[in-house]
Amino acid sequence: MSAPQTGERAAKVVVRGLSKRFRRGREELLVLDAIDLEIASGEFVCILGPSGCGKSTLLNLLGGFEEADAGTIRIDGEAVTRPDPRRILVFQDYSIFPWATVRENIALGLLRRSAKEREEIVAHYVELIGLQGFEDSYPGELSGGMKQRVAVARVLAVSPEIVFMDEPLGALDSLTRLAMRRELLRIWQRGRMTIALVTHDVDESLQLADRVVVMTSRPGRIAGIVSVDLPHPRDPSASAYNALKLELFDLLGVRADV
Amino acid sequence: MSVTAFVTAALAAVAIVASRGLRQRAQAVVLPVATGVLLLALWHLWAESTRYEIATPGEPVRTVEVFPTPERTLVAFRELLSDGRLLRYSIASLFRVAVGFLLAAAIGIPLGLWAGWSTRASYSINPFVQALRPISPLAWIPIATLTFGIRDEAAIFIIFLGSFFPIVTGTMSAVRSMPVAYVRSAHNFGLRKFELLAHVVFPAALPQIITSLRIALGVAWLVIVAAEMNAIQSGLGFLIVDARNMGMRYDLVVAAMLVIGAIGIGLDFLVRRLERIDSVRWGFTKE
Repeated sequence: MSAPQTGERAAKVVVRGLSKRFRRGREELLVLDAIDLEIASGEFVCILGPSGCGKSTLLNLLGGFEEADAGTIRIDGEAVTRPDPRRILVFQDYSIFPWATVRENIALGLLRRSAKEREEIVAHYVELIGLQGFEDSYPGELSGGMKQRVAVARVLAVSPEIVFMDEPLGALDSLTRLAMRRELLRIWQRGRMTIALVTHDVDESLQLADRVVVMTSRPGRIAGIVSVDLPHPRDPSASAYNALKLELFDLLGVRADV
Repeated sequence: MSVTAFVTAALAAVAIVASRGLRQRAQAVVLPVATGVLLLALWHLWAESTRYEIATPGEPVRTVEVFPTPERTLVAFRELLSDGRLLRYSIASLFRVAVGFLLAAAIGIPLGLWAGWSTRASYSINPFVQALRPISPLAWIPIATLTFGIRDEAAIFIIFLGSFFPIVTGTMSAVRSMPVAYVRSAHNFGLRKFELLAHVVFPAALPQIITSLRIALGVAWLVIVAAEMNAIQSGLGFLIVDARNMGMRYDLVVAAMLVIGAIGIGLDFLVRRLERIDSVRWGFTKE
């Protein structure tokens, strides 16, 4: 199946023939099998797949945290070899530090700035995510949604070019999740950064992404890439939306009428 | 006298049984008090049962108390308080524990952080830490006395050994059990070595370090008494041995034991205050 490529926009991320194996005792497990993928500058891509399809591994490779067994990842033409503040990976759970206040968490990437500058940037993003008055609170005192906002603010504070997110909304209750989706879109539309977000939620991917990369498991392969050319906010009852939904379910190999 | 003790014991037992009907907060007061009274009464009865009389022809009958009653212990406690020995010896013991413990923390925490973080450091240090750890600090007493003589340094050395191993191993395992995502995030945000240590590794390990300090201080306080019994001429441990050797003063022995227990509780209470520091509270509460 031919994947729709990024079109007129320049490719920011280019992945070619990426494979990754894990060793479990004597067994070798092929987690990612010859992944080809391009992500355009300023694009919002969702990587959709069941658990165990290697999507988190793909993010770790993209972030420069692990080494591939075969294939290449280039960002802006440069091979990815190590983590870099220009591309931030937001981890699933331990995204923010429980021992640090909201203020200290957001300032994590700003340690070498002057105190004044740091303060200004933190104040700006605290306001952007609506956490005024909670600057000195610890994560343990915040709700799940608020913690996620802090994680987002911490990332935005270093103005990265790319943000990789590993199921960032997975731990939230469904209402908070909807609110955070809107928040993410707002921030993305405002800053125009490149976002690759991993999820197993079909609706989430359809609400957020320009393109949805569907993965299947064992070994992790790209089953297909679906462009979502619908304006935001997207109406989940629209027929075009539902047609895409069926297409995604089909690619995932799940019956859509369940 | 022993009738009163029987009656008190019975009343305490009744209070424990009857407290079922009370609210939890009332139980929290009534039950420990009742158990305490019960124990005191049993102690009293037992002490009385070990009392015997010596009748020598031509002299009045003497009563010998082998084991002191609570009342006698209280009198002994006052004696220690008024002749200044209690304060002097407590300070002597606390001083040795403080110095040995702080030395152990000052060396053990950095070493544990290093060995937990670096595989090479762990290979170099850990086997020896693990090999020395099971040796009771008390086994070092002869060597300590040989090296330092019968002086404070010998006891401090023993305390150091007793607290050092829990602190090193606790700190090491704290660093090792740190979630990978913390370190990865820190790398991702561009933190350098020292920043990583100060802003991530140390604070992430701190709750477990505090727990290991608590264990270490407990061990130190257990060990100081024994160290002073053998090697030193002052301190609460010395007081116990001295009271026995100089005229079988078991009332002083028991009074000193109770003081040791009370100070131990006090020390534990102090370390537990550390758990309330804002930046470590996350490690002690379950969400």
